[in-house]
Amino acid sequence: MSSETKKILTTDGIPLEVSLKKAEKKNKIKAFLLVAPLLLFLVITYIFPIGDMFLRSVDDKMITNMLPKTFKAMEKWENLEELPPEEVYRSFYEDYKLLAENQQHGKLGQRLNKEKNGFNTITKKLFRQIKRKKIDESASIKEQINKLHKRWRNVEYWLAIKRTAPPYTVAKYLKGMDMYFDSDGSITQVDEDRRIHRILWLRTLEIAFFVTLFSFFMGYPIAHLLATLPMKYSNLLMICVLLPFWTSLLVRTASWMILLQQQGLVNDFFVMIGLVGDDNRPEMMYNKVGTYVAMTQILLPFMVLPLYSVMKTISPSLMRAGKSLGGTPFVAFWKVYFPLTIPGIGAGCLLVFILAIGYYITPALVGGASGTLISNQIAFHMKTTLDWSFASAMGLMLLTGVLVIYWIYNKLVGVDNIKLG
Amino acid sequence: MALPSYTETRYRIWHYIYLTICTFVFFFLIAPLFVIFPLSFNAEEFLVFSEGMKNLDPDAFSLRWYKDMIYGTKNPWGLAAKNSFIIAIFATIGSIILGTLAALGLSSRHMPYKGLIMATLISPMIVPLIISGVAIFFFMAKAGLAATHTGIVLAHIILGTPFVVITVTATLSGFDHSVTRAAASLGSNPVNTFMKITLPLILPGVISGGLFAFVTSFDEVVVVLFLAGLENTTIPIQMWTGLREQLSPTILAVATCLILLSTLILISAELLRRRSERLRGINR
Repeated sequence: MSSETKKILTTDGIPLEVSLKKAEKKNKIKAFLLVAPLLLFLVITYIFPIGDMFLRSVDDKMITNMLPKTFKAMEKWENLEELPPEEVYRSFYEDYKLLAENQQHGKLGQRLNKEKNGFNTITKKLFRQIKRKKIDESASIKEQINKLHKRWRNVEYWLAIKRTAPPYTVAKYLKGMDMYFDSDGSITQVDEDRRIHRILWLRTLEIAFFVTLFSFFMGYPIAHLLATLPMKYSNLLMICVLLPFWTSLLVRTASWMILLQQQGLVNDFFVMIGLVGDDNRPEMMYNKVGTYVAMTQILLPFMVLPLYSVMKTISPSLMRAGKSLGGTPFVAFWKVYFPLTIPGIGAGCLLVFILAIGYYITPALVGGASGTLISNQIAFHMKTTLDWSFASAMGLMLLTGVLVIYWIYNKLVGVDNIKLG
Repeated sequence: MALPSYTETRYRIWHYIYLTICTFVFFFLIAPLFVIFPLSFNAEEFLVFSEGMKNLDPDAFSLRWYKDMIYGTKNPWGLAAKNSFIIAIFATIGSIILGTLAALGLSSRHMPYKGLIMATLISPMIVPLIISGVAIFFFMAKAGLAATHTGIVLAHIILGTPFVVITVTATLSGFDHSVTRAAASLGSNPVNTFMKITLPLILPGVISGGLFAFVTSFDEVVVVLFLAGLENTTIPIQMWTGLREQLSPTILAVATCLILLSTLILISAELLRRRSERLRGINR
């Protein structure tokens, strides 16, 4: 074969192609081994736990494990218009008796009550009967349970039990969007005056959007100034951007708390210039105003730095060329300079938006009730109500949003182009 | 920025408006930090400028809040500072080691799935802290590391490595790989080459990444709030509690110290950045 004779051999007689491939593979493995420790560490301590959050958020195994026989018997319950057969009643009775012996019956009552109101009363009634050994196991359990309370004779309640059978549920996600499963299993919105979560989502988006907008309008001029001033001045002014950037978030929030309080300097200033009277100083903290002001100042450096690094690369001769071709300074700016800064604008805005949407500390301290965001709600459920599965569900909903923006960011800017300082 | 002499009046006006706006923004950025200084020397217990302070009366100023910070009875700041430093130092070391290794791998042109892996390694920086906090808390609780220093250090390594990866990858992007090949051809083994050739060249990037990791750990409050027990209290936790319950001037004394610390870090970061640019031959 002619192709074989043409093959170049290395000194040990192996074809160069093979040898090269081997070396390439070795290099690949080497590079991967360097990344492996961190990757493994992150996967175990970070990526898997986020997966764990997902499992928690949809987990509904508790009740599945509490009523194993019942759910098994319910598989044979065919005519769902009528009450279930004796077998289902008997299995439910046996499951419930076991739970009562282990003191677990209360949990079941609460869980079922969440599914349909009124369960707590009728399960307690059943519990008392079992405790007093009033139920005759040789007779029909169906008749005896039905006699306890009229709700046991209502097929709706049995259907509610049947609905809890699957070990997974999306109920927590629906709750995060102010929706729930109603008694016939369809998705329904909660009453208008109780839609607290939707308000929070909208407020989070609103605050993140306006903080991004404010930082853009404030960040663009100063980034431009920093990029066009001679080095010795711009280095000095850069400190104004970098010092807040390196200063503790809590320190900066504390200084805003001092400035914005009713007897604070900002109000003093307003009184001094006669904007407001001394006796009705406006409340600027513990509301949206405080959140906007503090968050804008805290996130502004994240807008300025990407803008600056892009503007730095734009040659000033381009503007001069624009002007010499007859454009007014405004036209030259708008048609020449501005389009060139769009990558920086994209990077800065996305970065600020991503950071703002997940903000927690500043809104919690200066936000009050009307300035709290979705993150505060997540923390509240983690720490106060201990509804971890709901906190996980809301966290993942937020995460999905952030990942979509991150993906756009990655497409537009590229993660390896993030510049720090 | 001086305007040429032929500039029309209306553009001149626009230019001055622009400069005024810039001044306001710079003031807005930096001024809040300076409110803290004078108030931390307040002789009184209130967080407003007293009449005496406005008149520069020496009696209105005192060091009592600094004394309270250091010697105060039952004061938490000593323990908090010790914990903060221990945690931040170990977290920085961990982040530097893991992050630098990963950055070396990522900068190799042989690295498979580079984009995907980079995105994964950077993710702790992008994912909102509250979500990281919940996830890390679940892990640490399962691993029995909640309310331990080890747990917090590990959590801060997670949050700190992205910064090291980013800064070191950036330094390596201008790295001339022929010098390592030259070392290898002269008979140096890879470890020796790394210690003698690569590391000194990328050191500015490594240290500035380390500074980011240090500051991240030192300032971090969201994740620590989930993880820390009474024994593991840190400066940010104490500040958080203080700011929520009652703003005492002692917090301002601590804040002043923190601003001084961040000034120091800023100066070192700037010096490192310039050195790194010089080493990489970037002239600006």
